[in-house]
Amino acid sequence: MLSPTTKIAGAGVAAGDAAAGAIDSNSPTDREAISLSNKETVLEAQDLGKEVSSPEGPLAIVREVSFQVRAGESVAIVGASGAGKSTLLALLAGLDLPSSGRVLLAGQDLNSLDEDGRARLRAERVGFVFQSFHLVPALTALENVMLPLELAGRRDARAGAREALEHVGLGSRVGHYPRQLSGGEQQRVAIARAFVVRPAVLFADEPTGNLDTVTGGRIADLLFDLNARSGTTLLLVTHDRDLAARCGRMLVMEAGRLAPG
Amino acid sequence: MATVNAIPLALRQLAREWRSGELGILLLALTVAVAALTGVGFLVDRIKQSVALQANEVLAADLRLESPRPIGDAYETEARRRGLTVARSTSVLSMAQLGEATQLSNVRFVGDGYPLRGKVGVSGTAFGAPVSVSAGPPRGEVWPDSKLLSTLGGEVGATLTVGELSLRVSRVLITRPDQGGGFAELAPSMLVHRDDLEAAKLLQPGSRASEAVLFAGETKAVADFKKWLDGTRQRGERLLDVSEASPQIQTATDRAGRFLSLASLVAVLLCAVAVAMAARRYVQRHLDSVALLKTLGASRMFTLTVSLVQLFVIAVAASILGAAIGYLAQEWLLRALQGLLRTDLPTAGFAPLGLGFMTSIALLAGFALPPLLQLSRVPAIRVLRRDIGAPTPLVWLAFGPAVLAVAFLVWWVVREPRLFAGFIIGLAIFLGVLAVAGWLLVRFAGSLRGTVGVSWRYGIANLSRRRGESIVQIVAFGLGLMVLLLLAVVRNDLLADWKRSLPEDLPNFFFINIPPDVQAEFGTFLEARGAETSRALPMIRARLTDINGRSVTDLTFKDDRGERFANRDQNITWQADLGDDNKVIEGRWWTKADHGKPLVSISDEYQQELGLKIGDRMTFDIAGETLEAEVASVRKIEWDSFQPNFFLVFPPGLLDELAGTWMTSAYLEKGEGQVVAELVRRYPSVSVFDLDDILTQVRSVIDKAALAVQSVFLFTLLAGIVVLLAAVQATRDERRYESAMLRTLGASRSTVARGILAEFTALGLLSGLLAAIGATLAGYFIAREFLEVQYSFDATLWVVGLLGGGGLVAASGWLATRSVLKQPPASTLRGG
Repeated sequence: MLSPTTKIAGAGVAAGDAAAGAIDSNSPTDREAISLSNKETVLEAQDLGKEVSSPEGPLAIVREVSFQVRAGESVAIVGASGAGKSTLLALLAGLDLPSSGRVLLAGQDLNSLDEDGRARLRAERVGFVFQSFHLVPALTALENVMLPLELAGRRDARAGAREALEHVGLGSRVGHYPRQLSGGEQQRVAIARAFVVRPAVLFADEPTGNLDTVTGGRIADLLFDLNARSGTTLLLVTHDRDLAARCGRMLVMEAGRLAPG
Repeated sequence: MATVNAIPLALRQLAREWRSGELGILLLALTVAVAALTGVGFLVDRIKQSVALQANEVLAADLRLESPRPIGDAYETEARRRGLTVARSTSVLSMAQLGEATQLSNVRFVGDGYPLRGKVGVSGTAFGAPVSVSAGPPRGEVWPDSKLLSTLGGEVGATLTVGELSLRVSRVLITRPDQGGGFAELAPSMLVHRDDLEAAKLLQPGSRASEAVLFAGETKAVADFKKWLDGTRQRGERLLDVSEASPQIQTATDRAGRFLSLASLVAVLLCAVAVAMAARRYVQRHLDSVALLKTLGASRMFTLTVSLVQLFVIAVAASILGAAIGYLAQEWLLRALQGLLRTDLPTAGFAPLGLGFMTSIALLAGFALPPLLQLSRVPAIRVLRRDIGAPTPLVWLAFGPAVLAVAFLVWWVVREPRLFAGFIIGLAIFLGVLAVAGWLLVRFAGSLRGTVGVSWRYGIANLSRRRGESIVQIVAFGLGLMVLLLLAVVRNDLLADWKRSLPEDLPNFFFINIPPDVQAEFGTFLEARGAETSRALPMIRARLTDINGRSVTDLTFKDDRGERFANRDQNITWQADLGDDNKVIEGRWWTKADHGKPLVSISDEYQQELGLKIGDRMTFDIAGETLEAEVASVRKIEWDSFQPNFFLVFPPGLLDELAGTWMTSAYLEKGEGQVVAELVRRYPSVSVFDLDDILTQVRSVIDKAALAVQSVFLFTLLAGIVVLLAAVQATRDERRYESAMLRTLGASRSTVARGILAEFTALGLLSGLLAAIGATLAGYFIAREFLEVQYSFDATLWVVGLLGGGGLVAASGWLATRSVLKQPPASTLRGG
């Protein structure tokens, strides 16, 4: 009898194959995803800055950050706690607006969009994986994965979500609520939810931060595997240098700035 | 993102949340709220109807049309078409003869169906104990009253002649429901079947007859018919309802009605508290999922629509469930009271259902919509930074809808601008005081932290750390406890007032037409026979001719009552002292210096109907002499004191010379019929007016009203406690995470439990104290201005407020969070 860990690992590989197969279909979204992979810039930060007010006066969390990410690339943003990584991620994903500079996501200037416009852009182009999973506790694993499909008005939400869960090795646990799943399993559900809409850019915020080393490693395998097969651009925020090393490029943040080199 | 997708998604999510138990508390709070509201609504509706029906017995009908001329069949036909029951009665003043003896008497010919409401009391002997029957005499028989039969010296079985008709005395009339509380009918009377009217040949030109048509039926049908009748009836035809027939009963039912309305308002305010707390919890629990939806690409409108659809579905479900529970609860309560209340209590109308639903929607819109709007403004970045909540709302948006909803509901109950303003301002001040006191407590708690043990420190630290939450809870609990205490105070005042106004030894006999020369002797006679007499007042007939020099025939009045006040002969009196049951509300009562001055004191009814003011000149014709007097004061009369009272009172020394008679009232114990019979023989000119029956009627109405007040109070109290429990339940989540955390850090269960208890006890004590202060002040205002009863300060209220409030909040807090302690900390920390 296989141990649970073996089972998950095995399923992870199988899931990667299936997910890669899923984007071979010829839907308009897939064609866009493929065209984006022609090495064009999909995400660009221009002189980005974010200030917040604090009891000691204005505090700059992100300062003069500029870089470009091409379609299909995987980029890690690393740095110590408090270096401004998560704030930068929020700015890049349009979850927050910068105090200065601008972000171009899939060719759109986020500053020119209102809150709903940015939300629409996220629905069409972006996927997320968070450190604390952010599953809706009232929804089962299947329902959590269905959510972005339902938001996009997809009629085949249930079938699509089931398929995605099978890809991450959780085909047998679709009816479980988050509290009935282990941390690793919850993160797999979150990964399935992120990939199910076939995003152009996937933002991951410390995806293994809440997991033990072994589980974290398996989750990372799954994430990179799915990313490679689907051609999604990956932007990963982490303080784990090993995880970051698996990305094509590494940006280091120190005190809100990108370190040279 | 199309909004159209929001509805199915909202419904699916709702179903999922329901399955996972997320919606339980919100649904519970709303259901209890609606149950309380509709339950009280149903009770109020049915009891009001019951009291009104009982009150209507003094008319022997729900509506009564009277005229000195024959009344055509048109009204009767229309009433029957509308499904009402109708009966007729004709009264003729005629001589009755029995053997050699004759006596002027009022012959009442009553038709089939009489009385439509109430019963006729008959006996086998004069002044005997009555037996109730629900019809008048059959053809060929007569039921003379005790006074008539004893004056004529007859008994049951004798033959009595009226007009050309000889009738057999088959029973003695002791009471009839419509004998009234006034003194219009001083002549003794008898009941005869209306089919004998023609044969008696009493209706001749010039005969003094009056005709009455009685109507009864469903409340709404009667009200509609009354409207129709008001528009079509002829001049001279007088429409009576209970307010004129018995001012005492009207006052009692009005006050009971006002109390019951107040109870509904209390239920509404409790619901508002529950809804506000439940909505807060809903918002707190959905902050993360809304932020997540936005991160996943949902627009603000989309998330708002999802919340609205969910809340609407919850509202509908809670309304249906709550209405059903409310209906069953009041049905159960009324069944439990069966035998005390009328057994033929009218069935509940559907109005409370509609009102309950509308009110719950208004409350949801007022108290749940603003937090939902806030919820939709939660920024997506919350998924990365949990400390970011919804932005602070604009003040008008946060409180505007709630203020509007409460204002609308208060207006619905009070319908008087001055009282409305009083209620709203009082409520606003109270809420302000609660909020300020809550803020002070939080500050005080903060400074106390270093001086108490670990449990208290934890509990009290919670109070000051969750500053906003603590203030909201103090406001919610304080308001909930205050309205419950208020209802208790007001109920006590109302019941005490009723008890005071109807003591056991209230005068039950009025004696009128006492000649001046035997007045003193008459009093001595009564006292010698153990009667307790009240004040004796002179009584003079007068007619109002002019007001401020203009003839009353040229003046127009508000309604029929005013016209009758102006155009009929009335009894006036003079009096040096203002009785306990009279209160001067305008102008001044006379002093010795006013002796013999041409002044007059009028009752407030008189003032309103005739539009009089202090200083107006009124001219009277008194036995052919003209008297002009200036209005010196306006009095409010407690008609339910059953003492001799007059609309018009003059100072002593002005009317002393005019011929008049005296009147007095006395209390005679039951079974003193012999005294009355002896009195009738010794002073034949004195008219005896037996008030025992009207008193019994009034007592019975008041007893029922009191019972209604008690039961509605009890129901509201129970509902209030449940609502408060639900409100405490809504604050559970905030404590869950912390207690799990503390236990993880090594705190024992009992330490955490004591901490929770400390927090709730502090909240409860402060809320209870403020509620007691608020209820005392509001009780004073409501007793005096709204119910017009005497206010009495009650110290137990403070004890109940403090201990009951503190205990209730602490106990319910404990109950609500107990389950938190039982859960292993890990599952709480993981599950969130």
